[in-house]
Amino acid sequence: MAQRHSGNRRLDSLQGSVAGPVGNGQHTHEDNPNHLVYKKMESIIERMQDESTGVPVRTVKSFMSKVPSVFTGQDLVSWMMRNLDVEDQVEALHLAHLMSSHGYFFPIDDHVLTVKNDNTYYRFQTPCFWPSRCGEPENTDYAVYLCKRTMQNKQRLELADYEAENLARLQKMFSRKWEFIFMQAEAQAKVDKKRDKLERKVLDSQERAFWDVHRPVPGCVNTTEVDIKKACRMNRHSKMSRPNYAVPGGRISPSVSEADLHTAGDSIRHEINVLRRKLEKRRVKISKVVECYIAYYQQYAEFDAFITSPDTSNPWISDSTEFWEQEKTMNPREIPQRRVKRWAFSIEELLCDPAGQDQFSKFLDKEFSGENLKFWLACQELKGLALREVNKKVHEIFSEFLAPGAHNPVNVDCQIMELVRRRMENNPNRFVFDEAQDHIFKLMKSDSYSRYLRSDQYKEFLCGTRKKTSGYLMWKKLQQARHIPH
Amino acid sequence: MATEALRAENPDSIEALSREAEALKARLVEEKAKLNDVDSCVIGQRLESIQNFNIKPRRTLKGHQGKVLCMDWSSDKRHIVSSSQDGKMLIWDAFTTNKEHAITMPTTWVMACAYGPSGSVVACGGLDNKCTLYPLSMDEDPVTKKKAVATHTSYLSCCSFTSSDHQILTGSGDSTCALWDVESSQLIQSFHGHAGDVMSIDLSPTETGNTFVSGGCDKMAMVWDMRTGDCVQVFDGHESDINSVKFYPSGDAFATGSDDATCRLFDLRADREVNCYKKDSIIFGCNAVDFSISGRILFGGYNDYTINVWDALKGTRMTILYCHDNRVSCLGIAPDGTSLCTGSWDYTLRVWA
Repeated sequence: MAQRHSGNRRLDSLQGSVAGPVGNGQHTHEDNPNHLVYKKMESIIERMQDESTGVPVRTVKSFMSKVPSVFTGQDLVSWMMRNLDVEDQVEALHLAHLMSSHGYFFPIDDHVLTVKNDNTYYRFQTPCFWPSRCGEPENTDYAVYLCKRTMQNKQRLELADYEAENLARLQKMFSRKWEFIFMQAEAQAKVDKKRDKLERKVLDSQERAFWDVHRPVPGCVNTTEVDIKKACRMNRHSKMSRPNYAVPGGRISPSVSEADLHTAGDSIRHEINVLRRKLEKRRVKISKVVECYIAYYQQYAEFDAFITSPDTSNPWISDSTEFWEQEKTMNPREIPQRRVKRWAFSIEELLCDPAGQDQFSKFLDKEFSGENLKFWLACQELKGLALREVNKKVHEIFSEFLAPGAHNPVNVDCQIMELVRRRMENNPNRFVFDEAQDHIFKLMKSDSYSRYLRSDQYKEFLCGTRKKTSGYLMWKKLQQARHIPH
Repeated sequence: MATEALRAENPDSIEALSREAEALKARLVEEKAKLNDVDSCVIGQRLESIQNFNIKPRRTLKGHQGKVLCMDWSSDKRHIVSSSQDGKMLIWDAFTTNKEHAITMPTTWVMACAYGPSGSVVACGGLDNKCTLYPLSMDEDPVTKKKAVATHTSYLSCCSFTSSDHQILTGSGDSTCALWDVESSQLIQSFHGHAGDVMSIDLSPTETGNTFVSGGCDKMAMVWDMRTGDCVQVFDGHESDINSVKFYPSGDAFATGSDDATCRLFDLRADREVNCYKKDSIIFGCNAVDFSISGRILFGGYNDYTINVWDALKGTRMTILYCHDNRVSCLGIAPDGTSLCTGSWDYTLRVWA
């Protein structure tokens, strides 16, 4: 503990040079996108460093010398197993590795920041070298540090190959101010020399670990990198403060332009309206919605490749594309039963399978209501059409299905008809038939679709399909399962 | 001007209004609490645990020279488009792991990419603030036929085609979403409401659904009506940026992944959060979420290089998938649910089954 404190003074002075130029006073460290996760790791570190309940830190004697303030990987992992809500040793080791690669603790003589579950020694980083306390250090600081290491004639401070290469590159880059860098390094080396031996050992390793985080060994992840999307925001924050509208969570309705919200009164009035509308909304109980999820799961479980493996093997596992061919085929004799079974789940399922759509359309033709599906499909097509073609298609649909004397008249009530007619006069958009489409869909769903499922056409088709499962019995069971939750 | 005058005349009105707003808010909280009749996980307990869950990496897609930032499946269930920090977009036949196209963007950091429903066009964008479409053909270099469709005032964070190749929905760091007509590059509808960068969008899977959900750095998830541009529902609860939103397969709910290291499930009918997937040992943010097709399993890609697999109904973690050597930035379930693709800052994509 004592060492850690006395060390801080030197590190503070070093911090001045390391963190001083960083950030250029533009933004605080809280803006760093990694800040949240740093804080979480630091609270774990604090618990690890607790004198009585933390990871046991010792000074180990070896041969002629002492290894100050270290703990073993084994002790660390077993502490994590006991104190954190990790599932197993693999997860504990993974978390330890991540915390180490962020520099919170480090192996005492290895540049690669990771943790092994053995007797390797690790040491805690001093808080002022935590990534949350210092921004991205400058290359000049790195140059000074490497330069200093070459002056300290000690084996443990010798540069690794990649560090020597970095130094050479920096020397080239900063050739003009190298003298200045050299002088700074010399001054720092002089200060270091005066220190107590054990204290130096600790400080040297902590400084090394700091650079192992910010200039990692080639092949190691640089954990200080931030998500560019978040970094964009970080820069924006420092340049301008974002407008803060009075409505919590920002503007609720986009139909209100910014100008409308200029007065506090208006924004509150607007908020009141939004709240009123929210209060009027009918909501469903949690118990009810969860029952729905469960019913949905029970219905689809056998189609979920992660829960039930498909009859035909998964292409990604078997390297055979048979499964996909079966899913695509339009040949009635080749369509697997699992596809046809799905048509019974909902009309949406039926319609999104081209073969199902084809079958249903044939059925409707027999019932003399084929225009319903045609109208519905035309409306679906309209929604995805290029803007240029919308107007033409709108008129085509209107004249084919809705206009007086239409070719294929669909049966919508007069209220909706009136609504559509009014909209048609007034520069109609692609949503002009929404209510009519909805009406027809409900009609098909409640009427034709349920009749289709009961029809011999569907049953025969189902039985005629390729079955590798237990066939009709299975279908029966499924039908029952489908009805229980409702 | 009129309201200025009004305020001068009646200084109490704002106070009175705020009081009313507060009262309404309190009532809303009360109403919502009434519906919170049971902890969702309690009902989930009656389900049997998933046995024999056995998922392994089956393909590794190597070829990007930078962090993989985004991926999307083709409707043919085997092709994948991925974009990366090296400014490249690659089209893969994931099944054979062959690269079929490599498209170089004028900018690095291609943060969003999407496959068109027809499978013959891809879109992407990023720090160029644009969304550019590239028709795919074997005879010509897609770059010669590229077409800039959308322009935002900040980076493009996400994009997705609607039901056809003719429309594309985009989300941006300028805190808006927008729907564009591909052919004319015309803005069809814009969606204002987020108070922070929009990070992710997802279209409702229901046939007739004209809605989509968006999540952003204002910690909010919003549900929008594409026809009118209105925000129809707002969901809060996250304590940090929402990085990913994804509809539950039935379209009745959606999951979110956030920097607060949790994933949550929000239900549209209950109008509230119904589940929160978290663990004390999970401290890194979640970048991407997706459901298995039965909705039972929720996959989350995290900044701690792992994929946490959640039992969405029980609210428990089923397992952790280790494989990537850096942050998992994106993931997606194949349209037929047979596999999961993950993309990472370690330059690779992997297909799991």
